[in-house]
Amino acid sequence: MPTPGSSVTLRGVRQVFPGGVVAVESMDLDVAAGEFLAILGPSGSGKSTLLRIIAGLDRPTAGDVTVQRPDAGRFDIAYVFQDAHLLPWRTVLSNAALPLELQGVDRARRREIATEALVKVGLGDALGRYPAQLSGGMRMRVSLARAMVTSPTLLLLDEPFAALDEITRQLLDEQLRELWLSRGMTVVFVTHSTSEAVFLAERTVVLSKRPARIISDRPVDLPAKRIGELRATADFARETRHVYDALERGEA
Amino acid sequence: MKSASLRRLVASIWPPVLVLIAAMLLLELYVRWANTPIYLVPRPSKVVNTLVEEREYLVAALWSTTKAALVGFAASTVFGMAIAIVLASSVWVRRAFSPYTVFFQTVPIIAIAPMLSIWFAPGLKAVAACAFIVSVFPVIANTLAGLIATDPALVDLFRLYGAGRGATMFKLRFPASLPSVFTGLRVAAGLTVIGTVVAEFLVGELGEAQGLGVVIVSASHNGHSDRVFAAVLLASALGLAMLGTVNLVGRLVLANWYAPARD
Repeated sequence: MPTPGSSVTLRGVRQVFPGGVVAVESMDLDVAAGEFLAILGPSGSGKSTLLRIIAGLDRPTAGDVTVQRPDAGRFDIAYVFQDAHLLPWRTVLSNAALPLELQGVDRARRREIATEALVKVGLGDALGRYPAQLSGGMRMRVSLARAMVTSPTLLLLDEPFAALDEITRQLLDEQLRELWLSRGMTVVFVTHSTSEAVFLAERTVVLSKRPARIISDRPVDLPAKRIGELRATADFARETRHVYDALERGEA
Repeated sequence: MKSASLRRLVASIWPPVLVLIAAMLLLELYVRWANTPIYLVPRPSKVVNTLVEEREYLVAALWSTTKAALVGFAASTVFGMAIAIVLASSVWVRRAFSPYTVFFQTVPIIAIAPMLSIWFAPGLKAVAACAFIVSVFPVIANTLAGLIATDPALVDLFRLYGAGRGATMFKLRFPASLPSVFTGLRVAAGLTVIGTVVAEFLVGELGEAQGLGVVIVSASHNGHSDRVFAAVLLASALGLAMLGTVNLVGRLVLANWYAPARD
């Protein structure tokens, strides 16, 4: 059963770091419920800052952030970091079950949900292994499963696959896209890869270099069902080109 | 698998044993050749002889020292970790109290030991208290360093899922600090034995705790350097055994996730 997504509204968001560096300047952004948005921008352009503000991890210096949940009260934001950030002393299963454990879900139930999430990302046979025994791609998939166990209505990802090799990255992109299609949560995905953004998202937002402003905001004109071969098509190249041009303007 | 790890253990033990035997042989030859008087340096064979002949007396002393050292080490482990957890709980607490933990590192134990024997009465408690004071600082400092250095992304993750301070401490910060904790415990294991023997020098003679320190003091007064060295050897063996135990426990605890623990 698909999970409905949260909507996100940013109004006049401004973030100033100690020392006076303005990371984000009067940002207005709307993310519709169930949308898959990719945010791109030059390094240090405030993409991660924006994501942390949406997650509620940082409070903006000025402006309003509203996350409108489909059912009030339930906790449902998940965050995937640049690295897997697993607890090395816990097994794969116990790592994936962590969010449920912190929310007081009983042991049998959380193991059941975590196992299901791990099977979904292809780690059904690695439940009892430790992070040190996994490859980088496998660790990242545990991280993804951990994010999914609470059935989030808003999934935030901060360049999650940037450190992985190209093949693994494309595989995980496809898995993430599958998860989104089956669950229907809202996804905000920060990346610096134009092809990854176009492959994954329904809409791309390109930020300028610091202080971050929106340079381009356009829908991705590609079919909903996306598989590997799509990357070789002319449509894909055209969409990627649009985003690339915007990024170049952002660097200028 | 089992025999492989046994072979590794043997492989790691025989080089130092070989060095010990060679050193003792050389010393034996030198002392015999130079005709060094026994009150200066005993022949290693004489020390071994004393170890065997006076084994009952020496083992009783070793047992007394071991008890005090274990009590001191247990206290350092428990209180060291507890103090570090309290210090890590807030920046204010850390600023206010950290300077005073340095007391444990800098206190001249020779000056304070007589006070301890007044407060606790001479005996095991006073000796163990000295061992504790000498060995607790590395446990506090290393545990605290580990607690503070917890991956900020994981702290964020716990915050995102609404974990309280208690859950963050005991499900994240404390387990994450275990590699540092064991570094501290390794240093503390050796210091505990030193603290115990020194305390026995100073307070042990008065009470019932006739530990190795007492043996060393009375033997050196009487010119029995062979007995002094026999007691020193036993004290070193105790330190090594404690260090080895800490290493073993550390290896078992950290084996699954901390790569350096597997070496």
